[in-house]
Amino acid sequence: MNRLFKKYEGKLPLKVINDIKEKLPKKISEAKLKKILEEVVMEYNKMLVQPGESVGLVSAESIGEPGTQMTLNTFHFAGVAEMNITMGLPRIIEILDGKKTIETPMTEIYLKKPYSQGKNIKKLALSIKETKLNEIVSEFMVNIAESKIELRVDEKRMESIGVNYPVIQKCIKASFKELALSKKGDSIILKLSEKEKELNQLFKVKEKIKEVYIQGIKGITQVLPIKKGSEFLIITAGTNLKKVLELDFVDKTRTISNNIFEIASVLGIEAARQAIINEVFKVIQNQGLNVDIRHLMLVADTMCATGTIKGVTRYGVVKEKASVLARASFETPIKHIFNASLIGEVDHLNSVVENVMLNQPVPVGTGLPGLVTKVKREPEWLKNKH
Amino acid sequence: MKNINVKKHMLVPEHSKLTKKEIQELLEEYNLSLNELPKIVSTDPAIERFNVKLGDVIKIIRDSPTAGKSIYYRVVING
Repeated sequence: MNRLFKKYEGKLPLKVINDIKEKLPKKISEAKLKKILEEVVMEYNKMLVQPGESVGLVSAESIGEPGTQMTLNTFHFAGVAEMNITMGLPRIIEILDGKKTIETPMTEIYLKKPYSQGKNIKKLALSIKETKLNEIVSEFMVNIAESKIELRVDEKRMESIGVNYPVIQKCIKASFKELALSKKGDSIILKLSEKEKELNQLFKVKEKIKEVYIQGIKGITQVLPIKKGSEFLIITAGTNLKKVLELDFVDKTRTISNNIFEIASVLGIEAARQAIINEVFKVIQNQGLNVDIRHLMLVADTMCATGTIKGVTRYGVVKEKASVLARASFETPIKHIFNASLIGEVDHLNSVVENVMLNQPVPVGTGLPGLVTKVKREPEWLKNKH
Repeated sequence: MKNINVKKHMLVPEHSKLTKKEIQELLEEYNLSLNELPKIVSTDPAIERFNVKLGDVIKIIRDSPTAGKSIYYRVVING
Protein backbone atom coordinates (compact mmCIF):
# COMPACT_ATOMS: atom_id res chain seq x y z
CA MET A 1 0.00 0.00 0.00
CA ASN A 2 2.83 2.36 0.86
CA ARG A 3 4.27 1.57 -2.51
CA LEU A 4 1.11 2.88 -4.10
CA PHE A 5 1.25 6.08 -2.07
CA LYS A 6 4.85 6.55 -3.05
CA LYS A 7 3.84 6.52 -6.70
CA TYR A 8 1.50 9.44 -6.13
CA GLU A 9 3.96 11.57 -4.23
CA GLY A 10 4.87 13.64 -7.27
CA LYS A 11 1.27 14.15 -8.27
CA LEU A 12 -0.22 15.15 -4.94
CA PRO A 13 1.13 17.36 -2.16
CA LEU A 14 2.27 15.61 0.99
CA LYS A 15 -0.52 17.06 3.08
CA VAL A 16 -3.22 15.60 0.85
CA ILE A 17 -1.58 12.19 0.95
CA ASN A 18 -1.38 12.30 4.72
CA ASP A 19 -5.03 13.30 4.92
CA ILE A 20 -6.01 10.34 2.79
CA LYS A 21 -3.92 7.97 4.88
CA GLU A 22 -5.62 9.22 8.00
CA LYS A 23 -9.16 8.91 6.74
CA LEU A 24 -8.85 5.51 5.07
CA PRO A 25 -10.81 2.64 6.59
CA LYS A 26 -8.61 -0.01 8.15
CA LYS A 27 -9.10 -2.56 5.45
CA ILE A 28 -9.09 -1.53 1.87
CA SER A 29 -8.14 -3.33 -1.26
CA GLU A 30 -5.36 -2.00 -3.41
CA ALA A 31 -7.65 -1.60 -6.40
CA LYS A 32 -10.07 0.52 -4.45
CA LEU A 33 -7.31 2.68 -3.03
CA LYS A 34 -5.98 3.27 -6.48
CA LYS A 35 -9.42 4.37 -7.59
CA ILE A 36 -9.61 6.79 -4.70
CA LEU A 37 -6.21 8.23 -5.45
CA GLU A 38 -7.02 8.68 -9.12
CA GLU A 39 -10.17 10.52 -8.15
CA VAL A 40 -8.25 12.75 -5.74
CA VAL A 41 -5.64 13.58 -8.37
CA MET A 42 -8.40 14.62 -10.73
CA GLU A 43 -10.06 16.82 -8.13
CA TYR A 44 -6.71 18.26 -7.11
CA ASN A 45 -5.85 19.26 -10.65
CA LYS A 46 -9.22 20.91 -11.00
CA MET A 47 -8.55 23.02 -7.94
CA LEU A 48 -5.15 24.28 -9.07
CA VAL A 49 -4.85 27.88 -10.17
CA GLN A 50 -5.44 28.16 -13.89
CA PRO A 51 -2.55 29.22 -16.10
CA GLY A 52 -2.90 32.91 -16.85
CA GLU A 53 -4.69 33.73 -13.62
CA SER A 54 -3.49 37.11 -12.38
CA VAL A 55 -2.40 35.87 -8.97
CA GLY A 56 -0.36 38.95 -8.14
CA LEU A 57 -3.33 41.24 -8.55
CA VAL A 58 -5.48 38.98 -6.39
CA SER A 59 -2.77 38.99 -3.72
CA ALA A 60 -2.45 42.75 -3.80
CA GLU A 61 -6.19 43.17 -3.31
CA SER A 62 -6.37 40.53 -0.63
CA ILE A 63 -3.61 42.08 1.44
CA GLY A 64 -4.53 45.68 0.70
CA GLU A 65 -8.22 45.50 1.50
CA PRO A 66 -7.91 44.38 5.14
CA GLY A 67 -4.95 46.74 5.39
CA THR A 68 -7.36 49.64 5.35
CA GLN A 69 -8.78 48.49 8.65
CA MET A 70 -5.53 48.13 10.53
CA THR A 71 -4.57 50.32 13.41
CA LEU A 72 -1.93 52.92 12.90
CA ASN A 73 -0.51 53.07 16.39
CA THR A 74 2.33 51.20 18.05
CA PHE A 75 1.61 49.03 21.03
CA HIS A 76 3.31 49.39 24.35
CA PHE A 77 4.72 46.31 25.93
CA ALA A 78 2.76 45.35 29.02
CA GLY A 79 4.64 46.09 32.21
CA VAL A 80 7.76 47.72 30.92
CA ALA A 81 8.05 51.35 30.08
CA GLU A 82 9.66 52.40 26.82
CA MET A 83 9.57 48.95 25.26
CA ASN A 84 7.18 49.22 22.40
CA ILE A 85 6.81 47.32 19.19
CA THR A 86 5.73 48.57 15.82
CA MET A 87 2.57 46.80 14.82
CA GLY A 88 -0.32 47.16 12.47
CA LEU A 89 0.01 48.90 9.15
CA PRO A 90 3.38 50.61 9.77
CA ARG A 91 4.96 47.25 10.48
CA ILE A 92 3.54 45.68 7.30
CA ILE A 93 4.74 48.62 5.24
CA GLU A 94 8.15 48.31 6.86
CA ILE A 95 8.46 44.63 5.95
CA LEU A 96 7.04 44.79 2.44
CA ASP A 97 9.01 47.91 1.55
CA GLY A 98 12.17 46.13 2.62
CA LYS A 99 13.35 48.81 5.02
CA LYS A 100 16.89 48.12 6.13
CA THR A 101 16.64 49.82 9.49
CA ILE A 102 13.39 49.03 11.19
CA GLU A 103 11.72 51.10 13.84
CA THR A 104 11.77 48.68 16.74
CA PRO A 105 14.33 45.92 16.26
CA MET A 106 13.76 43.01 18.58
CA THR A 107 15.09 39.56 19.32
CA GLU A 108 13.32 36.66 20.94
CA ILE A 109 15.97 34.61 22.66
CA TYR A 110 14.97 31.08 23.55
CA LEU A 111 17.14 29.35 26.13
CA LYS A 112 18.50 25.88 26.55
CA LYS A 113 17.62 23.79 29.58
CA PRO A 114 18.00 24.40 32.53
CA TYR A 115 17.98 28.12 31.82
CA SER A 116 14.61 27.89 30.09
CA GLN A 117 13.14 26.83 33.44
CA GLY A 118 14.14 30.13 34.94
CA LYS A 119 17.59 29.40 36.31
CA ASN A 120 19.64 32.59 36.64
CA ILE A 121 17.38 34.23 34.12
CA LYS A 122 17.85 37.74 35.41
CA LYS A 123 21.60 37.45 35.45
CA LEU A 124 21.69 35.99 31.94
CA ALA A 125 19.48 38.75 30.65
CA LEU A 126 21.68 41.44 32.13
CA SER A 127 24.83 39.80 30.81
CA ILE A 128 23.46 40.11 27.28
CA LYS A 129 22.55 43.76 27.61
CA GLU A 130 25.10 46.20 26.34
CA THR A 131 26.41 47.99 29.43
CA LYS A 132 28.30 51.25 29.27
CA LEU A 133 30.31 52.81 32.03
CA ASN A 134 27.80 55.50 32.92
CA GLU A 135 25.29 52.86 33.93
CA ILE A 136 27.39 51.59 36.79
CA VAL A 137 28.93 54.90 37.81
CA SER A 138 26.75 57.01 40.05
CA GLU A 139 28.85 60.18 39.93
CA PHE A 140 31.55 61.71 37.76
CA MET A 141 33.64 64.28 39.59
CA VAL A 142 36.16 66.47 37.86
CA ASN A 143 39.04 67.82 39.87
CA ILE A 144 40.38 70.72 37.85
CA ALA A 145 43.32 71.58 40.07
CA GLU A 146 44.88 68.15 39.90
CA SER A 147 43.37 67.28 36.47
CA LYS A 148 41.77 64.15 37.82
CA ILE A 149 38.43 62.48 37.20
CA GLU A 150 36.87 60.58 40.02
CA LEU A 151 34.26 57.92 39.25
CA ARG A 152 32.07 56.83 42.10
CA VAL A 153 30.92 53.31 41.31
CA ASP A 154 27.51 51.96 42.25
CA GLU A 155 28.47 48.65 43.83
CA LYS A 156 24.97 47.21 44.02
CA ARG A 157 24.46 47.78 40.34
CA MET A 158 27.87 46.34 39.60
CA GLU A 159 27.05 43.17 41.47
CA SER A 160 23.71 42.71 39.73
CA ILE A 161 25.33 42.69 36.30
CA GLY A 162 28.27 40.65 37.52
CA VAL A 163 31.37 42.78 36.95
CA ASN A 164 34.14 43.79 39.35
CA TYR A 165 36.73 46.54 39.61
CA PRO A 166 39.51 44.85 37.62
CA VAL A 167 37.10 44.31 34.70
CA ILE A 168 36.09 47.94 34.69
CA GLN A 169 39.67 49.12 34.95
CA LYS A 170 40.63 46.87 32.08
CA CYS A 171 37.80 48.23 29.95
CA ILE A 172 38.82 51.83 30.61
CA LYS A 173 42.45 51.01 29.98
CA ALA A 174 41.57 49.44 26.63
CA SER A 175 40.05 52.64 25.26
CA PHE A 176 42.18 55.24 27.10
CA LYS A 177 45.78 54.11 27.13
CA GLU A 178 47.13 57.43 28.33
CA LEU A 179 45.27 57.50 31.63
CA ALA A 180 46.74 56.51 34.96
CA LEU A 181 44.25 54.49 37.00
CA SER A 182 44.06 54.07 40.74
CA LYS A 183 41.41 52.89 43.16
CA LYS A 184 40.32 54.48 46.39
CA GLY A 185 37.40 53.13 48.40
CA ASP A 186 34.39 52.79 46.09
CA SER A 187 35.73 55.10 43.45
CA ILE A 188 38.16 54.91 40.56
CA ILE A 189 40.50 57.83 40.00
CA LEU A 190 41.75 58.70 36.55
CA LYS A 191 44.71 60.99 36.15
CA LEU A 192 45.47 62.63 32.85
CA SER A 193 48.97 62.46 31.51
CA GLU A 194 51.18 65.57 31.46
CA LYS A 195 50.64 66.63 27.87
CA GLU A 196 46.84 66.50 28.06
CA LYS A 197 46.51 68.68 31.09
CA GLU A 198 44.40 71.33 29.42
CA LEU A 199 41.03 72.03 30.87
CA ASN A 200 38.85 71.32 27.86
CA GLN A 201 40.68 68.06 27.34
CA LEU A 202 39.63 67.03 30.81
CA PHE A 203 35.95 67.54 30.04
CA LYS A 204 36.29 65.82 26.70
CA VAL A 205 37.66 62.75 28.41
CA LYS A 206 34.88 62.86 30.95
CA GLU A 207 32.24 62.75 28.22
CA LYS A 208 34.02 60.06 26.28
CA ILE A 209 34.53 57.84 29.27
CA LYS A 210 30.80 57.60 29.86
CA GLU A 211 30.50 55.63 26.65
CA VAL A 212 33.15 53.04 27.50
CA TYR A 213 31.86 49.58 26.71
CA ILE A 214 31.91 47.24 29.70
CA GLN A 215 30.14 44.03 28.71
CA GLY A 216 27.22 42.51 26.84
CA ILE A 217 26.35 42.38 23.17
CA LYS A 218 26.65 45.51 21.13
CA GLY A 219 23.33 46.76 19.83
CA ILE A 220 21.13 45.33 22.55
CA THR A 221 19.75 48.23 24.50
CA GLN A 222 17.09 46.64 26.66
CA VAL A 223 16.41 43.16 27.98
CA LEU A 224 13.22 41.68 29.34
CA PRO A 225 12.90 38.15 30.68
CA ILE A 226 9.36 36.86 30.28
CA LYS A 227 7.52 33.61 30.71
CA LYS A 228 5.80 32.20 27.66
CA GLY A 229 3.80 29.06 28.27
CA SER A 230 5.97 26.89 30.45
CA GLU A 231 9.37 28.33 29.60
CA PHE A 232 11.29 31.51 30.12
CA LEU A 233 12.69 33.54 27.30
CA ILE A 234 14.43 36.84 26.92
CA ILE A 235 13.10 39.59 24.72
CA THR A 236 15.52 42.29 23.77
CA ALA A 237 15.19 45.67 22.18
CA GLY A 238 17.89 46.11 19.59
CA THR A 239 19.26 43.15 17.68
CA ASN A 240 22.51 41.42 17.01
CA LEU A 241 21.43 37.98 15.91
CA LYS A 242 24.85 36.77 14.92
CA LYS A 243 26.41 37.47 18.29
CA VAL A 244 23.38 36.16 20.17
CA LEU A 245 23.48 32.85 18.34
CA GLU A 246 27.10 32.42 19.32
CA LEU A 247 26.23 32.38 23.03
CA ASP A 248 26.32 29.01 24.78
CA PHE A 249 23.06 29.16 26.68
CA VAL A 250 20.95 30.21 23.71
CA ASP A 251 18.73 27.76 21.89
CA LYS A 252 20.21 28.05 18.42
CA THR A 253 17.25 26.51 16.64
CA ARG A 254 14.49 28.89 17.65
CA THR A 255 16.02 32.25 18.49
CA ILE A 256 14.90 34.85 15.98
CA SER A 257 15.17 38.53 15.28
CA ASN A 258 12.46 40.62 13.67
CA ASN A 259 14.83 42.26 11.21
CA ILE A 260 14.53 40.33 7.96
CA PHE A 261 17.76 41.71 6.51
CA GLU A 262 19.62 40.47 9.53
CA ILE A 263 18.05 37.06 9.15
CA ALA A 264 19.01 37.01 5.48
CA SER A 265 22.64 37.71 6.28
CA VAL A 266 22.91 35.27 9.20
CA LEU A 267 20.60 32.43 8.16
CA GLY A 268 20.20 32.83 4.42
CA ILE A 269 17.58 33.94 1.95
CA GLU A 270 15.21 31.03 2.52
CA ALA A 271 15.04 31.80 6.23
CA ALA A 272 14.34 35.43 5.36
CA ARG A 273 11.48 34.39 3.12
CA GLN A 274 9.96 32.37 5.93
CA ALA A 275 10.51 35.27 8.32
CA ILE A 276 8.66 37.69 6.00
CA ILE A 277 5.68 35.33 5.88
CA ASN A 278 5.69 34.80 9.64
CA GLU A 279 6.05 38.47 10.51
CA VAL A 280 3.32 39.70 8.16
CA PHE A 281 1.03 36.89 9.17
CA LYS A 282 1.58 37.65 12.84
CA VAL A 283 0.55 41.27 12.35
CA ILE A 284 -2.53 40.34 10.36
CA GLN A 285 -3.61 37.81 12.96
CA ASN A 286 -2.99 40.25 15.77
CA GLN A 287 -5.43 42.64 14.17
CA GLY A 288 -8.07 39.94 14.02
CA LEU A 289 -8.04 39.89 10.25
CA ASN A 290 -7.93 36.92 7.95
CA VAL A 291 -5.73 36.78 4.88
CA ASP A 292 -4.95 33.52 3.12
CA ILE A 293 -1.32 32.66 3.71
CA ARG A 294 -0.81 31.84 0.01
CA HIS A 295 -0.94 35.54 -0.82
CA LEU A 296 1.83 36.26 1.64
CA MET A 297 3.86 33.35 0.30
CA LEU A 298 3.61 34.80 -3.19
CA VAL A 299 4.75 38.23 -2.04
CA ALA A 300 7.62 36.77 -0.04
CA ASP A 301 8.71 34.62 -2.99
CA THR A 302 8.73 37.67 -5.24
CA MET A 303 10.74 39.69 -2.75
CA CYS A 304 13.34 36.94 -2.38
CA ALA A 305 13.53 35.72 -5.99
CA THR A 306 16.77 37.53 -6.80
CA GLY A 307 18.68 36.04 -3.89
CA THR A 308 18.58 39.23 -1.87
CA ILE A 309 15.58 40.91 -0.32
CA LYS A 310 13.90 43.41 -2.61
CA GLY A 311 11.15 45.59 -1.21
CA VAL A 312 7.96 46.23 -3.14
CA THR A 313 9.09 49.72 -4.14
CA ARG A 314 10.48 51.45 -7.20
CA TYR A 315 14.00 50.58 -6.00
CA GLY A 316 13.22 46.94 -5.36
CA VAL A 317 10.86 44.57 -7.10
CA VAL A 318 9.65 47.11 -9.66
CA LYS A 319 13.19 47.85 -10.79
CA GLU A 320 13.56 44.18 -11.75
CA LYS A 321 10.75 44.39 -14.29
CA ALA A 322 11.88 43.81 -17.83
CA SER A 323 9.55 46.30 -19.48
CA VAL A 324 10.36 50.01 -19.62
CA LEU A 325 6.74 51.07 -19.86
CA ALA A 326 5.76 48.97 -16.87
CA ARG A 327 8.46 50.57 -14.77
CA ALA A 328 7.53 54.03 -16.02
CA SER A 329 3.89 53.48 -15.16
CA PHE A 330 4.71 52.84 -11.50
CA GLU A 331 6.67 55.84 -10.26
CA THR A 332 9.06 58.48 -11.72
CA PRO A 333 8.05 57.85 -15.36
CA ILE A 334 10.24 60.49 -16.98
CA LYS A 335 13.41 59.16 -15.41
CA HIS A 336 12.73 55.67 -16.69
CA ILE A 337 11.84 56.75 -20.20
CA PHE A 338 14.90 59.01 -20.45
CA ASN A 339 17.23 56.26 -19.31
CA ALA A 340 15.65 53.72 -21.62
CA SER A 341 16.01 56.02 -24.62
CA LEU A 342 19.64 56.73 -23.75
CA ILE A 343 20.65 53.09 -23.93
CA GLY A 344 18.14 52.07 -26.58
CA GLU A 345 16.12 49.65 -24.51
CA VAL A 346 13.60 47.38 -26.24
CA ASP A 347 10.19 46.64 -24.76
CA HIS A 348 8.88 43.22 -25.70
CA LEU A 349 5.37 43.94 -24.39
CA ASN A 350 5.18 40.67 -22.54
CA SER A 351 3.31 41.89 -19.51
CA VAL A 352 0.11 43.61 -18.52
CA VAL A 353 0.65 47.32 -17.97
CA GLU A 354 2.49 48.09 -21.18
CA ASN A 355 -0.23 46.38 -23.20
CA VAL A 356 -2.92 48.39 -21.45
CA MET A 357 -1.03 51.55 -22.42
CA LEU A 358 -0.89 50.48 -26.04
CA ASN A 359 -4.53 49.38 -26.13
CA GLN A 360 -3.77 45.76 -26.79
CA PRO A 361 -5.19 42.62 -25.20
CA VAL A 362 -3.30 41.88 -22.00
CA PRO A 363 -1.68 38.48 -21.59
CA VAL A 364 -3.85 37.43 -18.69
CA GLY A 365 -6.52 34.74 -18.55
CA THR A 366 -8.01 34.23 -22.00
CA GLY A 367 -5.66 36.87 -23.40
CA LEU A 368 -2.69 34.64 -22.72
CA PRO A 369 -2.84 31.94 -25.39
CA GLY A 370 -1.84 33.00 -28.87
CA LEU A 371 -2.89 31.39 -32.07
CA VAL A 372 -0.41 28.94 -33.48
CA THR A 373 -0.82 27.53 -36.96
CA LYS A 374 1.39 25.55 -39.19
CA VAL A 375 2.19 27.58 -42.27
CA LYS A 376 1.56 25.46 -45.30
CA ARG A 377 4.42 25.00 -47.62
CA GLU A 378 4.05 26.92 -50.83
CA PRO A 379 2.60 24.69 -53.55
CA GLU A 380 4.89 23.81 -56.42
CA TRP A 381 2.77 25.51 -59.05
CA LEU A 382 2.84 28.84 -57.17
CA LYS A 383 6.57 28.76 -56.81
CA ASN A 384 7.00 28.47 -60.55
CA LYS A 385 4.83 31.50 -61.16
CA HIS A 386 7.19 33.90 -59.30
CA MET B 1 31.03 32.17 11.86
CA LYS B 2 31.91 30.02 14.79
CA ASN B 3 29.59 27.39 16.21
CA ILE B 4 26.41 28.57 14.53
CA ASN B 5 24.77 25.65 12.83
CA VAL B 6 22.50 27.38 10.37
CA LYS B 7 21.13 24.07 9.15
CA LYS B 8 19.40 23.31 12.43
CA HIS B 9 17.55 26.61 12.75
CA MET B 10 13.81 26.33 12.44
CA LEU B 11 13.57 29.05 9.81
CA VAL B 12 16.02 27.32 7.49
CA PRO B 13 14.52 24.64 5.23
CA GLU B 14 16.46 21.70 3.89
CA HIS B 15 18.94 22.65 1.13
CA SER B 16 20.67 20.22 -1.19
CA LYS B 17 22.79 20.54 -4.30
CA LEU B 18 21.65 18.99 -7.58
CA THR B 19 24.00 16.98 -9.77
CA LYS B 20 24.63 17.91 -13.41
CA LYS B 21 22.24 15.22 -14.56
CA GLU B 22 19.49 16.31 -12.20
CA ILE B 23 19.82 19.92 -13.39
CA GLN B 24 19.42 18.76 -16.96
CA GLU B 25 16.31 16.77 -16.06
CA LEU B 26 14.82 19.65 -14.12
CA LEU B 27 15.28 22.12 -16.95
CA GLU B 28 13.78 19.69 -19.42
CA GLU B 29 10.81 18.87 -17.24
CA TYR B 30 9.76 22.48 -16.79
CA ASN B 31 11.08 23.71 -20.15
CA LEU B 32 13.31 26.34 -18.55
CA SER B 33 16.70 27.88 -19.00
CA LEU B 34 18.98 28.34 -16.01
CA ASN B 35 18.55 32.09 -15.69
CA GLU B 36 14.79 31.78 -15.46
CA LEU B 37 15.09 30.08 -12.07
CA PRO B 38 15.01 32.09 -8.84
CA LYS B 39 18.47 33.01 -7.60
CA ILE B 40 20.55 32.44 -4.52
CA VAL B 41 23.83 34.25 -3.87
CA SER B 42 26.94 32.11 -3.54
CA THR B 43 27.71 33.62 -0.13
CA ASP B 44 24.38 32.58 1.36
CA PRO B 45 25.01 31.09 4.83
CA ALA B 46 22.65 28.19 4.23
CA ILE B 47 24.70 26.83 1.31
CA GLU B 48 28.13 27.61 2.71
CA ARG B 49 28.87 23.92 3.31
CA PHE B 50 28.32 22.86 -0.33
CA ASN B 51 31.25 24.70 -1.94
CA VAL B 52 28.98 25.94 -4.67
CA LYS B 53 30.05 27.49 -7.95
CA LEU B 54 28.14 29.59 -10.44
CA GLY B 55 25.35 27.77 -12.23
CA ASP B 56 24.80 25.15 -9.56
CA VAL B 57 21.17 24.51 -8.69
CA ILE B 58 20.06 24.23 -5.07
CA LYS B 59 16.99 22.18 -4.27
CA ILE B 60 15.05 23.45 -1.29
CA ILE B 61 12.42 21.40 0.49
CA ARG B 62 10.26 23.79 2.43
CA ASP B 63 7.68 23.09 5.06
CA SER B 64 4.54 24.57 3.69
CA PRO B 65 1.40 25.23 5.71
CA THR B 66 -0.77 24.54 2.68
CA ALA B 67 0.97 21.63 0.98
CA GLY B 68 2.94 19.93 3.72
CA LYS B 69 6.18 19.97 1.82
CA SER B 70 6.97 22.04 -1.23
CA ILE B 71 9.99 21.93 -3.46
CA TYR B 72 11.75 25.03 -4.74
CA TYR B 73 14.83 25.50 -6.88
CA ARG B 74 17.37 28.30 -6.89
CA VAL B 75 20.33 28.83 -9.17
CA VAL B 76 23.60 30.08 -7.67
CA ILE B 77 24.71 33.56 -8.77
CA ASN B 78 27.60 35.78 -7.80
CA GLY B 79 27.15 37.87 -4.75
